[in-house]
Amino acid sequence: MDPSSLLQYLITGLTLGSTYGLTALGFTIIFNTTGVINFAQGEFVMLGGMMSVYFMHALGLGEPSAVVLAVLGATMAGALVERLAIRPVRDCPTINLIIITIGVSILIRGLAMLLWGKDTHVLEPFSGNQPIMFLGAAIMPQAIWVLAISLFLLAALKLFFSGTIHGKAMLACSFDSKAASLVGIGVQRMVLLSFMISAFVGAVGGVILAPITMTSYDVGIMLGLKGFAACILGGLGNPFGAAAGGLILGVLESMGAGFVSSAYKDALAFVILLILLFVKPSGLFGPKDSKRV
Amino acid sequence: MKATKCVVALVAYLLACVPAFGGDAIKIGAILSVTGPASFLGEPEKNTLVMLQEQINAAGGVNGQQLEVIIYDDESDVNKCVMAAKKLLDQDQVAVVIGPSISGNTLAISKFFSSAEVPLISCAAAEKIVRPVDPWIFNTPQLDRHAVSRILMDARDKGYKRLAILTVSDGYGQAGRAVLKELVPAEGFELAADEVYGPKDTDMTAQLTKIKGASADAIICWGTNPGPAVVARNRVQLGLDTPLYMSHGVASGKFIELAGDAAEGLVLPAGRLVAVDQLPADHPQKPVLEAYVADYTKAFGPQISSFGGYAHDAFALVMEAIKMGGSAKSGDIRDNLEKISGFAGTSGVYTYSPENHNGLDESAFIMVTIENGTWKVLN
Repeated sequence: MDPSSLLQYLITGLTLGSTYGLTALGFTIIFNTTGVINFAQGEFVMLGGMMSVYFMHALGLGEPSAVVLAVLGATMAGALVERLAIRPVRDCPTINLIIITIGVSILIRGLAMLLWGKDTHVLEPFSGNQPIMFLGAAIMPQAIWVLAISLFLLAALKLFFSGTIHGKAMLACSFDSKAASLVGIGVQRMVLLSFMISAFVGAVGGVILAPITMTSYDVGIMLGLKGFAACILGGLGNPFGAAAGGLILGVLESMGAGFVSSAYKDALAFVILLILLFVKPSGLFGPKDSKRV
Repeated sequence: MKATKCVVALVAYLLACVPAFGGDAIKIGAILSVTGPASFLGEPEKNTLVMLQEQINAAGGVNGQQLEVIIYDDESDVNKCVMAAKKLLDQDQVAVVIGPSISGNTLAISKFFSSAEVPLISCAAAEKIVRPVDPWIFNTPQLDRHAVSRILMDARDKGYKRLAILTVSDGYGQAGRAVLKELVPAEGFELAADEVYGPKDTDMTAQLTKIKGASADAIICWGTNPGPAVVARNRVQLGLDTPLYMSHGVASGKFIELAGDAAEGLVLPAGRLVAVDQLPADHPQKPVLEAYVADYTKAFGPQISSFGGYAHDAFALVMEAIKMGGSAKSGDIRDNLEKISGFAGTSGVYTYSPENHNGLDESAFIMVTIENGTWKVLN
C-alpha cells in the first residue's frame, strides 16, 4: 500500500464524511430544541440542491443567486414543516412527532418528484473542475469548499448555542420546555427557529455537495440515514460530535472500500458503528451520564 | 333499501356490459415500472405503448380489430408486479402481455404465464428470462452477454490484457458482473480487479484508486445512471488515464449531460438508436428508428432513450405475429412469434425460434464513443 493511495482514501473519506456531518448537524439542532429526530432532514439537503438546479434552469439565474435563493427557499420549507406538521400536534409524545417527520419526508420527496421529475441533475463546481495534486493524491477544489464551509458552520453553531441568548434559550427548551416557558422563553418560537436553522444548514450542505454528488429527488434518503448514523456515532445532541461522527463514518467507508472490499464498505462502516455502540452506548462524544437533569 | 338494490343491480348490469362493449378489441396487457427506482425504464416504455396504440387504432387497427392496451404500473415492486400479472390474466383476460421493465419482476411472474398459456414479451434483459427457454416467455432487449462480447472484441483489437471491472450492486450490475467474470477469463483476458459500488453512492474515488494500484489496461464499468457518470468524473478528477468502457445501460443523452467533459472519449456498446443519423441509408433498422425517434420526440419531447425501444419492439413483434397468423389468440400469437425472422426493430433485427426467445445477437450493438458531447460510431 503506497502512501499516495492512503492519502487519497483519507481525502475521499473526509469529503464524503463532511456530507454526512452536515446532515448530522441538522439532526442535532432540532433534537437539541425539541427532543425530536427529524427524519425529513435529508429532504432539506435535497431541497437545497434541487432548488438551485431549478432556479438556474427555469429562471435562468446565475449560480450564486440561484444558490442563495435555494437556501432561503429551503429555510422557508423548514418553517412550513414546523407550522403545518409539528405545531398542530405539539402536545403529542415525541415518538408521534418523529413518525410525523417520516411522513413529511415522504411528502416532500413526492412533491419534488412531481415538480422536478425523476432525473439526476448536476450543478457546476464553484471554482472549476481542475484537481489540485497533493503528494500524489488528487483534491477537488469543491472538496475544499465543502470542508471549509462545514467547519465554518460548525464554529458558527457552536458560538450560537453557547454564546447567544437565542441559542441558550433553545438549549433550555430541550432540557425542560415547561420550565423554559416559565422563565419567559417563547418555546414555540424557538422550535420554529430550530427547524429553520436546521433546514438552512441542510440546504447549504445540499448546495455545496451537489457539484460532487449530483442531485435528484431521492438523494435525501441515503444522506438522512448516514447523517443519522453519524449523529449516533458522535453522540446525539452534540454538534461537534455530529460533525466528527460524519467524518469518521466517511473515512471508515473509504478505507473499507480501499483496503477490504468495496462490496462491503457500507457493512464495514456500520459494523464498526455497532461495536462502538456496544462499548459506549452514548456515542463517542456523548454525555457520560445519559440522564440529564 | 329498494333504491340500494336498484343501484347494485344497475352496477352489476353495467359491469356485465363492459366486456361486451370491448368484445371486438384485441386486449394487450402491459406491466411496467412507470414509477419507483426503475421509472427511467418504465416511463418511456409506457409512453411508447400509448403512442403506438393510438397510431394503430387511428390507422384502423390490426386485421380490422381495434387494440386495447391495459397498462399497470408495478412501481418497480415485485409484489405489485405479481398482483398486476394475476389481474391481467384472470380479470382482464388479455391475449398477450408486454413487460415487466425489470428482470427480477419478470422472473417472479413468468411461471404464471405458462400455466395460463398467455405469451409474455419482457422488456428486461436478464439471460435467465430466456435461458433455458420457457415456451411462453420472450424478451426484446439485447442480452448482457452480447454487450460484453462487443466490449471484449474492442479490447482485443486494442491489445489490452488486464481488465478491471467496476459494477453496481443492483440487479443490473450483478447480472453484468456475472457475465463479465465468466467471459473475461474465457476470452483470454486477465481480471485485474473486481470492484463494486452501491446504486446510491456518490463517490467512487476509493474503488478507482484501488484499480489504479492494480495496473489494469482498461476498466469496464457496469451500471445505469447516475453511478457511471460519477465514475467518469472521478476518473478525470484522479488524473487516471486508463481507458474506460461503459455498458449499454448509460446509452442516453442524460449520461453525457451528467458526466459532462468527463464523458469525452469513453467507449461503450449501444443500440443503434443513439446514432440514427450515422447509420448507412440501406440499414434495415434505419426506417424503423427514424420513425420511432420522430414520433416519440414529437409526442414527448427530446429525452428519448433506447429503453422505450424495448417496448416498441415487443409491441411491433406482437403486431407482426398477429398479422402473420391472422389471429389474436394467445396460442397463435406464441406460435407465430417463434416464426418471426429478420424483423427489424429499434434494438436490432429479430429472429425468434423455438430455441431462441431473445432473437438478437452481437450485431444488435454498435460500439460508440463520445466526442464533443455527442455520440460517434466506431468501426
